[in-house]
Amino acid sequence: MGDVKKIATRESYGNALAELGAEYPNMVVLDADLAAATKTGVFKKAFPDRFIDCGIAESNMMAIAAGMATCGKLVWASTFAMFASGRAYEQVRNSIGYPHLNVKIGATHAGITVGEDGASHQCLEDIALMRVIPGMTVICPSDDVETKAAVRAACDFDGPVYLRTGRAGVPVFNDGADYRFEIGKGIQLKEGGDVSIVATGLMVNSALEAAELLAADGIKADVVNIHTIKPIDKDILVKTAQKTGKVFTAEEHSVIGGLGAAVCEVLAEECPVKVHRIGIYDVFGESGSAGALMEKYRLDGKGLYEQIKEKM
Amino acid sequence: MDNLELKRHANEVRRGVLIGTHAAKAGHPGGSLSAADIFTYLYFEEMNVDPANPKDPKRDRFVLSKGHTAPGLYAALAEKGFFPKEELTTLRKLGSHLQGHPSLKCTSGVDMSTGSLGQGISAAAGMAMAGKLDNADYRVYTLLGDGELEEGQVWEASMFAGAKKLDNLVVIVDNNGLQIDGPVSEVNDPNPIDKKFEAFNFHVINVDAHDFDALRAAFKEARETKGMPTAIIAHSLKGKGISFMEGQVGWHGKAPNDEEFATAMAELDKIEEGLK
Repeated sequence: MGDVKKIATRESYGNALAELGAEYPNMVVLDADLAAATKTGVFKKAFPDRFIDCGIAESNMMAIAAGMATCGKLVWASTFAMFASGRAYEQVRNSIGYPHLNVKIGATHAGITVGEDGASHQCLEDIALMRVIPGMTVICPSDDVETKAAVRAACDFDGPVYLRTGRAGVPVFNDGADYRFEIGKGIQLKEGGDVSIVATGLMVNSALEAAELLAADGIKADVVNIHTIKPIDKDILVKTAQKTGKVFTAEEHSVIGGLGAAVCEVLAEECPVKVHRIGIYDVFGESGSAGALMEKYRLDGKGLYEQIKEKM
Repeated sequence: MDNLELKRHANEVRRGVLIGTHAAKAGHPGGSLSAADIFTYLYFEEMNVDPANPKDPKRDRFVLSKGHTAPGLYAALAEKGFFPKEELTTLRKLGSHLQGHPSLKCTSGVDMSTGSLGQGISAAAGMAMAGKLDNADYRVYTLLGDGELEEGQVWEASMFAGAKKLDNLVVIVDNNGLQIDGPVSEVNDPNPIDKKFEAFNFHVINVDAHDFDALRAAFKEARETKGMPTAIIAHSLKGKGISFMEGQVGWHGKAPNDEEFATAMAELDKIEEGLK
């Protein structure tokens, strides 16, 4: 896929904020000294009066965001996923989640593809941490188009949202004219009756690549994009499980508590079939380029394909 | 409002604290009583709030960062007319709008959900920041415990408030000197409190928390302070107003039993007599 257009979803996120700033005059963007990396700097450039740098104090930033939301602001609070969901977990839970305030958490640099910074910055637990908070919407978009659509949808949605984006460039594939984003609604990307691949975030692209490799072996994969992990689209999950009877989940996150767990929770109750969770297997990451890590942890198209073949 | 009237309201707020915690058989009377005069001054003299229009965007905001002293806040809100005083007996009970710690979704007049220490001051700073962006006239008040100052987030929020020159924010410290495990000076001494806030670019005022003239002067000075937030270090007595609770760390998180309740209410009756 050499000449495919690649854009990091953090980039899409920053651009979307800047594009929507004029449309949402009550929007303010908070960052914790990472505007250049999270790409909120793009918004800052366009709307300097509505950008507030809280400095290196993420816990404080989340509660600042909460206070601003009580005064009618549409607040985007941005930092790396590690600090948004980890360091500031309790502020997100108690100051944003419990009062159900209209704060959007723009968490960038999620997952293993943070790359060279290594395990301390590779957040592999954020989906799990965020989805246990009552009333929290958790979105993990798969490409540029979807990220921009998700930012707009989050702006139009009243309540807390955790938006998970990544550092590394990912191919743009949701560029069809019929593409439609709706919070809580999964997207059927490929029809097939042999095996289901349910993916989120940049793993959706890996799933599409794996499906092609499987097709070469005569295996037809049903590929589902779950961009909203909470609330999750039960119908689409049950439908694909009924169709194939064999489900693989794929996420750039721990297999504990994330997409795989969420899918298992639904299918165990609604349509019990065998589910294999593919992701990071309860280990910390390490330094390396995003590509090398995706390969090592077998999350690229080829690695995913091989894991599916082994488990089938 | 003159001091005599303020004292009458404060006495009623103290009654409300006792009624609530006695009925709940739990709660935090010590820090509610030390802050009773501050609550009273804020709600009856300082803040622009209207029980008939509790969500008015132009209202002043109050965030009880030391959320465990909700019985004091609830008593003040009831005294002000946000809800009937009879409801104070439902404190902490199943189905009550008076949760163990303040919840903005539950109680009329509560501007922020708090309880986890250190977070309320940040939310208050956020409200003040929003007011600055909107060129709004409202002011934001937040009340912290002195033990709460041990939370690192308090200083993150203070650095932010000082750096952003939030002169529409007033941080009040209920400096009663006692926390659950003992005197603050022995547990993890936050002193000198005034110097710390000065270092974070606050205008700092030390005041007797139980002297309405002093409180009046302090809040006036805060209003007149431009370009920096104000910290009012309110030197108070834990359990203030109830002889057997005063200065006793044991009354931090313990409710009065029937006998203690009767004795305490009799003491407040006596104070009320003196205010006629």
